[in-house]
Amino acid sequence: MSEIFVSILLLAGASFMVLAAIGIVRLPDLPTRMHASTKAGAMGAILTMAGVALHFSDSAVAARAIAFIVFILLTAPIAAHVIGRAGYFTGITLWSGTTKDELRERYDPDSHKLSSGLENKTERAVSSRDENASD
Amino acid sequence: MLGIAINIVYLMLSLALLFAFIRLTRGPSLADRVVALELIASVVVGYVGVHAIDTGVSSFLDVAIVISLTAFLAAIGFARFLERGGVKDE
Repeated sequence: MSEIFVSILLLAGASFMVLAAIGIVRLPDLPTRMHASTKAGAMGAILTMAGVALHFSDSAVAARAIAFIVFILLTAPIAAHVIGRAGYFTGITLWSGTTKDELRERYDPDSHKLSSGLENKTERAVSSRDENASD
Repeated sequence: MLGIAINIVYLMLSLALLFAFIRLTRGPSLADRVVALELIASVVVGYVGVHAIDTGVSSFLDVAIVISLTAFLAAIGFARFLERGGVKDE
């Protein structure tokens, strides 16, 4: 009975890994590839480790598997965030169908400064005052 | 039952490894290659877990934990290298 559950967990984990790999080959640019690989890859590893814990049904093995799962849950988002940030800063080209890039008008790549919307409001006020003065 | 499933899982993980390797060789930027390397590490962790079930040796779990730790540190290191003015591909 537990063999069936272990088989299902292992097959599900391997399916997630294959989906992540297909996504990493087929998707068009870095952020979409990371979207496929980090989440599905972490899910595949977690399901595989759950299968290992169920198969051995030993408290020491289960504790190690749970520690591994917690470790994956902690580190996978950090690694994805750091790589995506570095990729954006080195000037990767986004997919031509990208509809929203909020950093583009807010972020200055030379000074590494991120502006908020409030600064734009004061700038707009200053520029409108200049227009009034020129009128 | 479990033996057949383990063989199918080995096959699927090999396929995933092949796809990730295609992205590793073709990836236009270094960041793409780092993402592919991270996925390869994740697939290898899956291999190690399945191999632990296949052989019945539970000590392989420690190997999986160490592989995952080194992959995380490698990703952080590559990202720092890219941000501190490494290879620019613009």
